[in-house]
Amino acid sequence: MPNMAMTKVPIPEQDPKVRARNFDEVTLGYTAEMAMEEAQRCLNCKNMPCVSGCPVNVRIPEFIQKVAEGDFEQAYVIIRSTNGLPAVCGRVCPQERQCESKCVRGIKGEPVGIGRLERFVADTHMKNGDTTVEKPVSNGHKAAIVGGGPAGLTCAGDLARMGYEVTIFEAFHVAGGVLMYGIPEFRLPKDIVQKEVQTLRKLGVNIMTNMVIGKVLSIDELMEQGYETIFVGSGAGLPRFMGIEGEALVGVCSANEYLTRINLMKGYKEGYDTPVLKSKSVAVVGGGNVAMDAARSALRMGAEHVYIVYRRSEDEMPARREEVHHAKEEGVEFLTLNNPVKILGDENGRACAMVCQKMELGEPDESGRRSPVPVEGSEYELPVDTVIMSIGTSPNPLIRTTTKGLEANRRGCLIVDEDMMTTKEGVYAGGDAVTGAATVILAMGAGKAAAKAMDEYMQKKSK
Amino acid sequence: MFPIVRKKELNPNVTLMEISAPYIAAKAMPGQFIIFRVDETGERVPLTIADFDREKGTITIIFQIVGYSTEKLNALSEGDSILDVVGPLGLPTEYPENAERICVIGGGVGCAIAYPQAKYMHAQGKQVDVIAGFRSKDIVILEEEFKAACSELILCTDDGSYGRQGFVTQALQAQIDAGVKYDAVIAIGPVPMMKFVCELTKKYDIPTIVSLNPIMVDGTGMCGGCRVTVGGQIRYACVDGPDFDGHQVDFDELMRRNGTYRVREASCRMLRQADKL
Repeated sequence: MPNMAMTKVPIPEQDPKVRARNFDEVTLGYTAEMAMEEAQRCLNCKNMPCVSGCPVNVRIPEFIQKVAEGDFEQAYVIIRSTNGLPAVCGRVCPQERQCESKCVRGIKGEPVGIGRLERFVADTHMKNGDTTVEKPVSNGHKAAIVGGGPAGLTCAGDLARMGYEVTIFEAFHVAGGVLMYGIPEFRLPKDIVQKEVQTLRKLGVNIMTNMVIGKVLSIDELMEQGYETIFVGSGAGLPRFMGIEGEALVGVCSANEYLTRINLMKGYKEGYDTPVLKSKSVAVVGGGNVAMDAARSALRMGAEHVYIVYRRSEDEMPARREEVHHAKEEGVEFLTLNNPVKILGDENGRACAMVCQKMELGEPDESGRRSPVPVEGSEYELPVDTVIMSIGTSPNPLIRTTTKGLEANRRGCLIVDEDMMTTKEGVYAGGDAVTGAATVILAMGAGKAAAKAMDEYMQKKSK
Repeated sequence: MFPIVRKKELNPNVTLMEISAPYIAAKAMPGQFIIFRVDETGERVPLTIADFDREKGTITIIFQIVGYSTEKLNALSEGDSILDVVGPLGLPTEYPENAERICVIGGGVGCAIAYPQAKYMHAQGKQVDVIAGFRSKDIVILEEEFKAACSELILCTDDGSYGRQGFVTQALQAQIDAGVKYDAVIAIGPVPMMKFVCELTKKYDIPTIVSLNPIMVDGTGMCGGCRVTVGGQIRYACVDGPDFDGHQVDFDELMRRNGTYRVREASCRMLRQADKL
């Protein structure tokens, strides 16, 4: 008999007041008892609507069944068969818009906590499970992956399992991409990311760090070196600024810079040399997950006031609902329907205030969201010493500008066909480099699809 | 790991290191830079490549000890290794076409980067004059190297303890007054020096390239920390530079932004020195 409770089994979390001042993980995860209780809420629907909501098609009811039975290791094997980074996805996927949005239990009450269960299964496996990995037999073919983020790691893992000799070329000093530099420790502990990377190494994947492809080696040179097929998952690049007055003042930075200093360079920790802005009052401009991460990090760095300044209303915010909820609990102040007009500086060229204009919602625009319209005469000054711009990025130009035959669209995103192949034969691409800034799981889905297509391409070529 | 194969003190505050980095050495061009991270707790610091040897697979960096990270780097000896070195980053210098007579101006440790420029163009058969400016005689670097890489070396010191007394701008003015016609100027040094050189060359309409050194984290166009205003537009020194048309650069803004972490850097150094006591 399924558990017919209307709500998810609550997940233990750090107290908001306490966690707003530390970088430890916010959500503590289910215990085995909680997981089994939540798993029993699953109706095990025959048509499995949840699976269709998952970009990597995790066999959700099957793994949940195993959790309900207490066979956590088998649950892991099921998830792992289609998802290369379960501990990551359980934490950062926007489940409310994917699997959980399709859950029948969600029609009346809350959907099954699929994300929480996935995380439980992955964590339990890391703690107790058999983490030995058998290195597959080589098929003698070399594949190169450009960029060690979610798309690249997933593609590398899948290709390695098929027997390819895979090398990841990573620009930073550590693999993981946005999982390392972007998403904060309190949402995704870095040792979890590195454990997943370690699994790839056990599979025989070679990871070369400090290698900026497009600079140190070109795509063509990789081909000359014997890589027969290449996946480009170089991620998003140049941060966007608004183009308003005052963006060059001291104290104005991109969310990427702020988060990289904190996450990748560990600037928040004693003993690390990378400086981070010490702020009293911070405005984060934007309404996505990155904006929430920056705002919550600013609180943890000791800011007294942190504002999210977003020109639409909360309903239009692209951030995961849980992140918005957590940010509010922790004390981030939301200034929705507010648009920055300019940033004011003091006599030393440091930001001291941001002029905002109130907005109201008008007719829906081309994105289907109601577009914000300025309210005349509503400008006011918000006193802040730090402004963090989190309004998106445009794809990195390094590879497209250095590779002949690789075409990009107007926005600089690489063009791929339905098989994820770029305009250059044998070269595939996916993730933010193709879509522009999107989610971890979409990038993983792309890496997965590309691995399959790359294998088919190699099979055909070998014949 | 990147082994240090040679270390040489150029003056008490400036050190040269030749580092084994075969991938970078194979591709480096004048004007490009690397980012190093000394050890696990280190920050990422950009440095322009001063020289490279494709056969030996080495690159040379010359740095001034200005903060904690360069102090840490300087504490390493020959045979030690730097944890991370990534590059070559940025675009190679684009030399003005048809420029036959060029003046390369270096200020202080900026001479370390001015030198490969002079060397490269001298090797291309251009007529290269070098104006190298230092505060005083005891910190003069690369004098012999410059002599071998140009037609005329004008060395100046602020205090007159060596060479000509005065700033590089005065030396350049003297050259112009003497009737020398430069087709292009390349100026590399402290931001105020580059600013004043550009003000002067603008008056005479001499195209001027500067190499900028803004704050940077990743060096691949991701963090936006290195953004500079050039011709009223946001440009990223790591992917669009580090060289820019000096007449278009907003130097005052660059100076301000480079000071972002200065207070913290100074207090951080003092704290660590206190720790050592």
